[in-house]
Amino acid sequence: MKPIIAPDSEQPKSFSFLKKNEKLIKEIISRYPKGRQKSAIMPLLDLTQRQMAETVKKGGGWIPRAAMDEIARIVDVAPMKIYEVATFYSMYNLRPVGKYNIQCCTTTPCWLSGSSDIVKTAEKELGIKMGQTTKDQKFTLTDVECMGACANAPMVQVNDDYYEDLTPETMQNLLSALSKGNPPKKGPQNGRIAAMPLGGPTSLEKEAKKAKVV
Amino acid sequence: MLADKDRIFTNLYGWESFSIDAAKKRGDWSKTASFIKKGASWIVDEMKASGLRGRGGAGFPTGLKWSFMPKDSGKPHYLVINADESEPGTCKDREILRHEPHKLIEGALLAGFAMGAHVAYIYVRGEFYDEASNLSKAVKEAYASGMLGKNAAKSGWDFDLYVHRGAGAYICGEETALLNSLEGEKGQPRNKPPFPAMAGLYSCPTTVNNVETIAVVPSILRRSGQWFAGLGNDERNSGTKLFCISGHVNNPCVVEEEMGIPMRTLIDKHAGGVRGGWDNLKAVIPGGSSCPVLPAEICGTVKMDFDSLREAGSSLGTAGLIVMDQSTDIIYAIARLSYFYHHESCGQCTPCREGTGWTWRIMQRMVTGNATIEEIDMLLDITKQIEGHTICAHGDASAWPIQALIRHFRPEMEQRINDYRKQVA
Repeated sequence: MKPIIAPDSEQPKSFSFLKKNEKLIKEIISRYPKGRQKSAIMPLLDLTQRQMAETVKKGGGWIPRAAMDEIARIVDVAPMKIYEVATFYSMYNLRPVGKYNIQCCTTTPCWLSGSSDIVKTAEKELGIKMGQTTKDQKFTLTDVECMGACANAPMVQVNDDYYEDLTPETMQNLLSALSKGNPPKKGPQNGRIAAMPLGGPTSLEKEAKKAKVV
Repeated sequence: MLADKDRIFTNLYGWESFSIDAAKKRGDWSKTASFIKKGASWIVDEMKASGLRGRGGAGFPTGLKWSFMPKDSGKPHYLVINADESEPGTCKDREILRHEPHKLIEGALLAGFAMGAHVAYIYVRGEFYDEASNLSKAVKEAYASGMLGKNAAKSGWDFDLYVHRGAGAYICGEETALLNSLEGEKGQPRNKPPFPAMAGLYSCPTTVNNVETIAVVPSILRRSGQWFAGLGNDERNSGTKLFCISGHVNNPCVVEEEMGIPMRTLIDKHAGGVRGGWDNLKAVIPGGSSCPVLPAEICGTVKMDFDSLREAGSSLGTAGLIVMDQSTDIIYAIARLSYFYHHESCGQCTPCREGTGWTWRIMQRMVTGNATIEEIDMLLDITKQIEGHTICAHGDASAWPIQALIRHFRPEMEQRINDYRKQVA
């Protein structure tokens, strides 16, 4: 279940942080008390993943082992410590992923609201199964656990963005927009505002009038 | 039913901007320094008077928790805010983080002062990117306007606040796993004692509080503990509460309501009722996935508060209601949760690491009916051997949904097995 570090054949020989990120790293480490720079391990892993997505044209968005070694050097711990952390958390991709990593929530609240049909639509449209990446490295489909948007179920997360209140039809729209490189507006796809009841607010009468939602 | 004048989260749906100017118009950051000038013991006493119980699931009295922080340890004190909201069915802290972040930041300053902390960390689940981004913007605004930093809000108290993002591990919602994660380790829970109040973050005195708990603090101090205590069912179940309603209702939503509101009123008034009408209800998980499921007949009368739900054999948890109508395959619904707990087990304790896998595999066979009647008791027995035998409550949380399924829906499980037998015979 837990991610596995990519084999040597897929690993780049070296990794270095961009200049702008080196500055950011100093700021990140300064958030924690002196001598506690280990706390920066998670933010640095995330930064690596973002830099890879930004700089690698195809199959970016992951953390190579050379980057983990570099982080170990920066925070002054054994590389094993970084491998341990990187393999523990599900959001660190340890293998190349597609440009759009589509993470489908299928935990009970989403399942009750029709996530199985969303998964089916995605698999059919993209011609891949959960856990796979398309040949052109544009899409990766990932099965994920509860994303904490249960009142807006079913939902998927595309890279950083939540797409909520999906139907097979809006899921199809989302995928075709993404394949054109034109992501639609994130959030609920059925026109509702955040986690407000779809039929209109049931509380905050005065505020609703002021905001012109009724 | 909660009157609009008593609502704390007036921008719950993000109708207005989350920025500091809009937040100030809504009443945030007013009189903040004056509360600090009244002293830490005044704040703690006011919290005790409010009857506020932790909103992260366990329901421990907040004022009492703060008073556990040592007075003169000689070490720095830390406030850590748990925004690792990942309990299936729960999506309330998300609304605070993205729409009302200044309530949380102001609450952090007040709570931090009350427990002698000059530094606080907010641990936000990694998937909440927009939420962490709004929160970080709000923190920047607060620094720029002098509400954080040296002499925060002109109170005489120095206070720094940092946002730390997680990376997708449910277990980091457990407070000691969260602390390990914040220290740059794997998110595995620690043995207690020592409790965080004695040795928490960096082995210093630490209090970990839920987002909603901290975000209601400024309103309680502004309006008085007595005001908060006057809302709700009784003095042990007081105040307002954010409820998340998902699953088979007409209008799933997050809403602020009075503690102790009847479950049926909550669902009918705010979520547009159960799909197909109340009589179409099969069961509700009242407080997030780890809380035992309740069958429809109990749901019709139970009140949504800590003690009422405990008496009904479940718990309020995080107040995330998962509503299931008659069409639901309840065995699969619970089996899916078994998979969740198996997937999210940190692997530290054998009963949980192995047991969650066993129960999930047996539950899969219960879904198809490819099992024997005796295996229902065996399954129950395994859950009892996981429960209470692990460092943290993850093992318990994996056991309770299955135990409640067997308690309330055993005939359905037996029926499934008998049907399968007939089919293959």
